[in-house]
Amino acid sequence: MSDDEDLEPIEILELPLDAWHRARGARMVEFAGYHMPIQYEGIMAEHLWTRGNAGLFDVSHMGQLMLTGEDAAVALEALVPGDISVLQEGKMRYSLLLAEDGGVLDDLMITATPMGLYMVVNGAVKWDDMGYLREHLPDEVTINHMDDRALLALQGPKAVDALLRVVPGVDALYFMEAGSFFWGPKTDPEPLWISRSGYTGEDGFEISVPAMHARKLVEELCAQPEVKPIGLGARDSLRLEAGLPLYGHDMNPEIDPVEGNAAFAISKRRRADGGFNGAERILKALADGPSRKLVGLSVKGKMPVREGAPIYSENEQVGMITSGGFAPSFGAPIAMGYVANAHIAIGTALEAEVRGKRVAITVTATPFIPHHYHRRGKTV
Amino acid sequence: MTRYYTEDHEWIDVDGETATVGITDYAQSQLGDIVFAEVPATGATLKKGGDAAVVESVKAASDVYAPVSGTVTEGNDALAGDPALVNSDPEGDGWFFKLTLSDTSELDSLMDATAYKAFVDGL
Repeated sequence: MSDDEDLEPIEILELPLDAWHRARGARMVEFAGYHMPIQYEGIMAEHLWTRGNAGLFDVSHMGQLMLTGEDAAVALEALVPGDISVLQEGKMRYSLLLAEDGGVLDDLMITATPMGLYMVVNGAVKWDDMGYLREHLPDEVTINHMDDRALLALQGPKAVDALLRVVPGVDALYFMEAGSFFWGPKTDPEPLWISRSGYTGEDGFEISVPAMHARKLVEELCAQPEVKPIGLGARDSLRLEAGLPLYGHDMNPEIDPVEGNAAFAISKRRRADGGFNGAERILKALADGPSRKLVGLSVKGKMPVREGAPIYSENEQVGMITSGGFAPSFGAPIAMGYVANAHIAIGTALEAEVRGKRVAITVTATPFIPHHYHRRGKTV
Repeated sequence: MTRYYTEDHEWIDVDGETATVGITDYAQSQLGDIVFAEVPATGATLKKGGDAAVVESVKAASDVYAPVSGTVTEGNDALAGDPALVNSDPEGDGWFFKLTLSDTSELDSLMDATAYKAFVDGL
């Protein structure tokens, strides 16, 4: 796009914590139309800090939407394959926004709240999502873009210890649960919407806070000894190790949820009843197996294999890398990519081509490192 | 020995017709944690401005260009085992390759330390 001279330059927007990131020494880059911190002290150190302690991420570029109106959940079920209408208040689900042909327009989190359905969508496609939802949901459903709120993620094994000191009561939440919690002086507390969720594979929380209070909250969190601010660079390496897809790279409108290794997001009831966009294609892929699938790939040697690298089985191209990089937790390259159905078994030996050279890769179970979620019914 | 710099943030130490090439401290600080480096094979002929080596950080791969034309006499094998040398000692042990210059007049277009510092300060 950048080499198209006919395009007007697009203004890069500032998020509520822009000045705070710069004051903390962040290197800022353009991402999803905003200036965002890519790193502070360095991706490797930030990555390892998050795995061992607690990392604070500003993800205010993501879209926070509130859907209200009678039967909003039932209406939304036409566009996503999850059990939304039976979702209990305070519970959240990972789901997929589906195009009419079943292609994935976005992956998103949906939470049932007393106020309505709270959705967090990817920053890069949030405007498209809102347009699509408005077009395809009945007029009775109101879509409120909560752009007056910042979104923070506090991730890592010590996130709960740190957050508990700042916001009492958050330890009552288990993985994929959410609620409203008071923060600040008892005389004038501020309600925060907090979920126990994230994008690193670690235990942790995501916190929706009014933009005007965001700076005070990040300063209180970073005053905790377990907490350091973490940039988008480590966010990407953390999610890759955790085997979590990045929309626009590992998922796009061309692929369906089964191909995207997200069949778990299609609930039992919806498998039986259908009634969502692309149900015929998606249910057929569930029954027969997809023609290609997103898989994890371990890489021989030290050379990273990155997005766009073709995948070969001998001389036949059988896939493409969609995310690849270096895993700081174990000091080796890892990748994810789409591979034709005949080659998706764990342990299958393949090759990727990088700068004209073949590199040995192996289909590997994800996550690359175990998830450490605080699940209900499990002792951690 | 004279050290020159390029606008692509490479340094080149020249001693007669032989030279050593690496990336500058500014370059390594911009790249971040280096996890992989690929140096040219001995005997490879390089053309000024052409791809010579590859350096990869956690997040991206970057080309290292040949600051001048010549024939590679040695690649830094230490980078294969310890690519982080490029971060810790970019203008010393973290060198990339040595070469024999084919046209010393190409050096005329490169910057000296003072000019390079002014170039970086202007970025």
